[in-house]
Amino acid sequence: MIETKDILETINMIDNENLDVRTITMGISLIDCIDSDIDRACDKVYDKICRYAKDLVRTGEDISKEYGIPIIHKRIAVTPIALLAGVCQTQKILKFAKALDRAADTLGVNFIGGYSALVEKGFSSGDYALIESIPEALSATTRVCSSVNIGSTKAGINMDAVRMMGRTVVDTAKLTADDNCIGAAKLVTFCNAVQDNPFMAGAFHGIGEADCVINVGVSGPGVVRAALEKSDCKDITEVADLIKRTAFKITRMGQLVAREASTRLSIPFGIVDLSLAPTPAVGDSVAHILEEMGLEVCGCHGTTAALALLNDAVKKGGVMASSHVGGLSGAFIPVSEDAGMIDAVNAGALDITKLEAMTAVCSVGLDMLVIPGDVTPETVSAIIADEAAIGMINSKTTAVRVIPAIGRKAGDTLAFGGLLGAGPVMELRKGDPSSFIHLGGRIPAPLQSLKN
Amino acid sequence: MKAVITVIGKDTVGILSKVSTACAESGVNIIEVTQSVLQDLFAMIMLADIEDAVIPFDALREKLDRLGSENNLKIHVMHEDIFNSMHRI
Repeated sequence: MIETKDILETINMIDNENLDVRTITMGISLIDCIDSDIDRACDKVYDKICRYAKDLVRTGEDISKEYGIPIIHKRIAVTPIALLAGVCQTQKILKFAKALDRAADTLGVNFIGGYSALVEKGFSSGDYALIESIPEALSATTRVCSSVNIGSTKAGINMDAVRMMGRTVVDTAKLTADDNCIGAAKLVTFCNAVQDNPFMAGAFHGIGEADCVINVGVSGPGVVRAALEKSDCKDITEVADLIKRTAFKITRMGQLVAREASTRLSIPFGIVDLSLAPTPAVGDSVAHILEEMGLEVCGCHGTTAALALLNDAVKKGGVMASSHVGGLSGAFIPVSEDAGMIDAVNAGALDITKLEAMTAVCSVGLDMLVIPGDVTPETVSAIIADEAAIGMINSKTTAVRVIPAIGRKAGDTLAFGGLLGAGPVMELRKGDPSSFIHLGGRIPAPLQSLKN
Repeated sequence: MKAVITVIGKDTVGILSKVSTACAESGVNIIEVTQSVLQDLFAMIMLADIEDAVIPFDALREKLDRLGSENNLKIHVMHEDIFNSMHRI
């Protein structure tokens, strides 16, 4: 029989340490929905999503009940809509966002990702139309998430796209100003975007993927923190080992759920993404893990090193636990969703420059960062360019999800509620990067890209 | 399919009897039981065969959950596979 202590450990992880399967995300290809008539294309999109995912929510709930594991979200990611938009003889592609929103509503999923464009090297007409439509799309829908990939290690950084995205982020926040600028929280700008990420808002179904696939995102910052708290590690090597062991167990649970969901839905299993994704719940914070390692407060000197160790150990633990580990796998540092990060910002210990350094070693980038509402589009573009440069040079995914808090200034708070949390408005650096941003063009791919 | 039933709470008279009665009523065959009492905390773990259960898994869970809250206990019913996959390579 299974050992008592193992059983009690698992139950304790779920009951007291917020262990959960964060999301079962179904990736659906919409390539076969392409049509030059936008209305016909939208009908095909709606029908295909509803047909493929009709049992997704129920299956997720069944597995959750049967195994006693909380499965928080059931979500959908689709082919970047820019690919479909390019074929339509119209610039008014908002209809796609509405079709996605309607499908998500019908199916009962809370987010659907893939209102996206991949423009790391240049634009096609569909890409332009899509990016132009993002502010309106995110304000006219509630469940649609959007992402744009503006750079990669292989291609360099498309600075024209960076310029467009700065304006898009600000416009999106303005259009949803009455609703706590929530639109900007559903928009991610990527460098080196991954094609099988199950986590929102950056999920989309890559063009190299199968017709339909099940990806599972597991989380558990609380479990890692509690394991560290209970342990008496003698040195940092033991800390890394403990995190690895814990990550292994968490990922095994994700693998089990992924396999079960895949079998029950008769859809191939894609990947398990083991990401420490914090929630505003007490005890579910990545910052608190770092503090558990001996830092007085997240953001003090040493934070980047501690985060690097955490991110790497999580990957190493996860990689052996699942047959296919993918997505972003690592530690997320979304400020407004992490109680420890919020406290650190409010205490003056964590600012945007330290966060930027941390993004060089975490699994994604500047995430859920609330910035002053009077920020210029050029400054947002420059933030995006900095992040993209870190991603490009280090061959890693980086992303920017900043929320300009319209009408608020540094020191105020913007509350979204739910899993998105509440964020203090953070001070930005001084100086105007406008001329640099308006240069446009493309930052050439770095030497790292020439591996062949 | 096998389920792991865990009962945790303050030790009182008749816990084992109440849980096993509920299992018997539901057609659940208890295969193995281990229990320990640490100070006054009672922890019991049962491995049960629910293949011939007369009620669905979900209803069994709810039934034992209710029994737990009526008696100030925390009762979990979980699929055996989760423990096997998390703790065995």
